[in-house]
Amino acid sequence: MTKMPKTLKTPLSEDDVRALKAGETVYLTGKFYTGRDEVHIHALEALEKGKPVPVDFKGAALFHCGPIMKKVDDKWVAVAAGPTTSSRMNSLEPQFIEKFRPGAIIGKGGMSQPTVDAMKKFGCVYLAITGGAAVLAAKGIKMVHGVEWFELGMPEAIWVLEAENFGPLTVAIDAHGNSLFADVGMKIKENEIKARQKLGLK
Amino acid sequence: MVSETDIQNAVVELLRKTVVKLPADVEQAIRKAYAAETDEVPRMQLKAIIDNIELAEKMNTPMCQDTGVTIFYVTLPRDCGVNVEKGIVEGVRKATKEVPLRPNAVHPLTRKNPGDNVGERMPYINWKFGDQEHIEITVMTKGAGSENMSALAMLTPSAGMKGVKEFALNTLLKAGSNPCPPTIIGMGIGGSADISMKLAKEALLRPLDVRHKDPEIAKLETELFEAINMLGIGPMGLGGKTTMLGLNIEYAYCHTASLPVAINVQCWAGRRGTVKIYPDGKLEFPTHKR
Repeated sequence: MTKMPKTLKTPLSEDDVRALKAGETVYLTGKFYTGRDEVHIHALEALEKGKPVPVDFKGAALFHCGPIMKKVDDKWVAVAAGPTTSSRMNSLEPQFIEKFRPGAIIGKGGMSQPTVDAMKKFGCVYLAITGGAAVLAAKGIKMVHGVEWFELGMPEAIWVLEAENFGPLTVAIDAHGNSLFADVGMKIKENEIKARQKLGLK
Repeated sequence: MVSETDIQNAVVELLRKTVVKLPADVEQAIRKAYAAETDEVPRMQLKAIIDNIELAEKMNTPMCQDTGVTIFYVTLPRDCGVNVEKGIVEGVRKATKEVPLRPNAVHPLTRKNPGDNVGERMPYINWKFGDQEHIEITVMTKGAGSENMSALAMLTPSAGMKGVKEFALNTLLKAGSNPCPPTIIGMGIGGSADISMKLAKEALLRPLDVRHKDPEIAKLETELFEAINMLGIGPMGLGGKTTMLGLNIEYAYCHTASLPVAINVQCWAGRRGTVKIYPDGKLEFPTHKR
């Protein structure tokens, strides 16, 4: 039966995060940040060199997204803001979660086992948002607070956003080691046998 | 005779239509997939895609933030007296600002972003001459999440049909949830390494509900489409019946000692658009009639 989806309010406490179960649908409200390849690289580098990072990621929701933003009367507006492929951040995400302690990562396509392990250990979830559904995503962004590290370019900068019922989001990796992507992966292995038979392959 | 400015304006309009609205065949395939799914998770993913398509059209805004890089296919009349190339390049520049498109094109090594989607050999233009009197420009705005899952195999001729099927299956298994499934697959078989890759991309220009004219190739298209959809990768890789919306193959004769096979992966947002520019300046958008 369909239950009323939960609304998560940022910043997220560890209790908020641990209460989520893989497969649940949620919406997000409150301040959140975009961050993809370059943000991961630069934030970890800054930390190592003892340099400041312009935003506090603790309990935050980090959105793997390189949006199209437009300046209207001196104010930034999100035109299209869908997720980017999360697996590109696989190599840095476990370290990022350990050092910065975000409460949620939002993206598409899922992440590998080391990230699933880090999420379990430090209390973080992966929320899947429909890839390419960028106008729908932008609709859930009430306003743009500002931008940091703009010199990294429009897609790679940290956009500070305000969410209002941003979603729908599927809890695809929870903070207990469960991953929908891993479950689907097992089914795919079984299905592969049938697909091979159909194609006359071994 | 049309001017360079006419070409430029037609390209801006073409790009706007292409990134805002899907061709009818792709939209139909998505709606059909939504009707076929029974589980809640894949239904929610496809519902979000459909809501997004409708919202993008209503707001006249790009359906996805990854407005891709611009790949053009141009058919010129034999006596074309206008600089079409310059018109296209300036059209891309203008569309980047006006539509807007995300500035995606960067130097491959320095990663410098000029901010206008124009750089060395980008937009990329494929040229052809035809006997028609109009200039025909087709554009594909190709996102990177899906393009990154594309692959080439230089098979030995002895690998044959089985080798082709094996490569297709393995490429899609490896792509998994990454290319924003349900995907559209373009395959190029034969030619040479570069020709098969080109054919794979060109295969994406054909409507999803049109099979190849060669019955053997048409059969392979259907067989691979059905088999890959059995994998259950599903919308966004979260499981479900729809892994793929369509699979098109193009082929070319090749050297007796080789069997190149290429796969170009396209996300659900299979954006392509065509404009016909007539000598009197009249424009026609066959892919975007509505």
